[in-house]
Amino acid sequence: MTVEFVLFIALGTIAVFAALGMLLSSNAIYSALFLVVNFAVVAAFYLLLGAPFIAMVQVTVYAGAIMVLFLFVIMLLGAERLRQPTYRLRWQQPLAIVLVLALLGFAGYVVATQVTGAWPGPLENAAGYGSPAAIGQLLFQEYLFPFEATSLLLLTAMVGVVVLTAVDERRRRRRPSKRS
Amino acid sequence: MSNVTGIVIEALIKSALLAFVLATAFAYLTLAERKIAAFMQVRKGPNRVGPWGLLQPAADGIKLLFKEELVPAGADKVLFFLAPILTMVPAMVIMAVVPIGPDVELFGRVVRLGISDLNVGLLYILSVASVAVYGIVLAGWSSANKYSLMGGLRASAQMISYEIALGLAIIGPILLAGTMSLQGIIAAQQHATWYVVWQPVGALVFFLAGLAEVNRAPFDMPEAEQELTAGYFTEYSGMKFSLFFMGEYIKMMAVSAIAATLFFGGYLGPFVEQMPWLGILYFSAKTAAFLFVMIWLRLTLPRLRYDQLMAFGWKVLLPLSLANVVVTATAIVLGG
Repeated sequence: MTVEFVLFIALGTIAVFAALGMLLSSNAIYSALFLVVNFAVVAAFYLLLGAPFIAMVQVTVYAGAIMVLFLFVIMLLGAERLRQPTYRLRWQQPLAIVLVLALLGFAGYVVATQVTGAWPGPLENAAGYGSPAAIGQLLFQEYLFPFEATSLLLLTAMVGVVVLTAVDERRRRRRPSKRS
Repeated sequence: MSNVTGIVIEALIKSALLAFVLATAFAYLTLAERKIAAFMQVRKGPNRVGPWGLLQPAADGIKLLFKEELVPAGADKVLFFLAPILTMVPAMVIMAVVPIGPDVELFGRVVRLGISDLNVGLLYILSVASVAVYGIVLAGWSSANKYSLMGGLRASAQMISYEIALGLAIIGPILLAGTMSLQGIIAAQQHATWYVVWQPVGALVFFLAGLAEVNRAPFDMPEAEQELTAGYFTEYSGMKFSLFFMGEYIKMMAVSAIAATLFFGGYLGPFVEQMPWLGILYFSAKTAAFLFVMIWLRLTLPRLRYDQLMAFGWKVLLPLSLANVVVTATAIVLGG
């Protein structure tokens, strides 16, 4: 029983309950908040694994930026209350059960075959592996092309959104002038 | 194991001390603000409770403790209760990586003045700052009040927008020092000069974006009294209200402390190497200077309009900070 083991069990319990809370709560705001808790716990896992950079990025990007935008949208739309659905997708439930069973089966198989008796400690070279300098080196030297390609794709998507909404805006502005 | 226990106990003592110091500093910062406001407006300010009104914060605290806690009928009770806490905690937690002095000898062991020195300290600051939005947004939503909701939405939009400029302004010192640890950045400034000399634009952008992050005037749109009564904390009273108040002032202190550390040498000053305890004095003085400027700005500048605020963030601060990063990086590559 090491400190890491106790921490792992405690954090794992929180993560599982947060995930369940996200799925089961009927209020979208609470769902989003449970997801934030889950993200924070995952960040703590990264810390345990000796990767503080990834942990901080996880909190900043997922908990700090993306989920705030989610909350923003939920609040603006006033869509926090889950209404009783007027129609049901009949095939959804059996499909979900099959998929869950498949996932559990695979996970059980991996656990049964891969997990040995010893508790894995933190990686020996973790300090160098997860450091900002190491990640920067990987991103900007070894994986420079995929990195740049991804940024270009994201930029294209962003420009596309701006162009599409701007066209809509222009049309709306032109309409009254045509009438006159 | 005893080593681990020692570290944990040391961290606990330091955290408790920091929380106590921050709470006390908050109390006297409110008094300082009222006194400075009074001076600038040719009034006397609080002068009835204790000599020079020095006990005024205690009187205010006791008054707030005994006020009735109102909860709006349509409010979401859990989140309404949680929101002030979520505003307060990040404000305090962010100070954990800020070194308030050099290492000192205490009870036969070397103690670092500052709770922790993370090698990703600045990223930690950014991530805690980005989480700080939740308290305000949830306060606005859970109050079941249109003004509060508007305040919360404005706050989140503003904080997300200015976070980008804030993050980019921080890159300057990181590039110059070659580390994200605040202790490392201070050590690097010991050899060079204060980074404000090399990064005047970065320092300015950081300070302005920091002001917007803590929703201080002239960027206090989320709590604009004339339009939103009081924004996200309209419905709060008693101790819950004072938690928001406290959160805002402690965030002011955090921004000032980080600005002092990144651009003004933190605890560095004459004779610090001989007498390490002097470092705390220098650090406090630099932080206090920034706090004074913040109060001064609030008293002299009118509030920005909302579109001006957004335009300023996206069209002025963001390109400026981006250009600053490019220029700094180029200069470092060319100059070595």
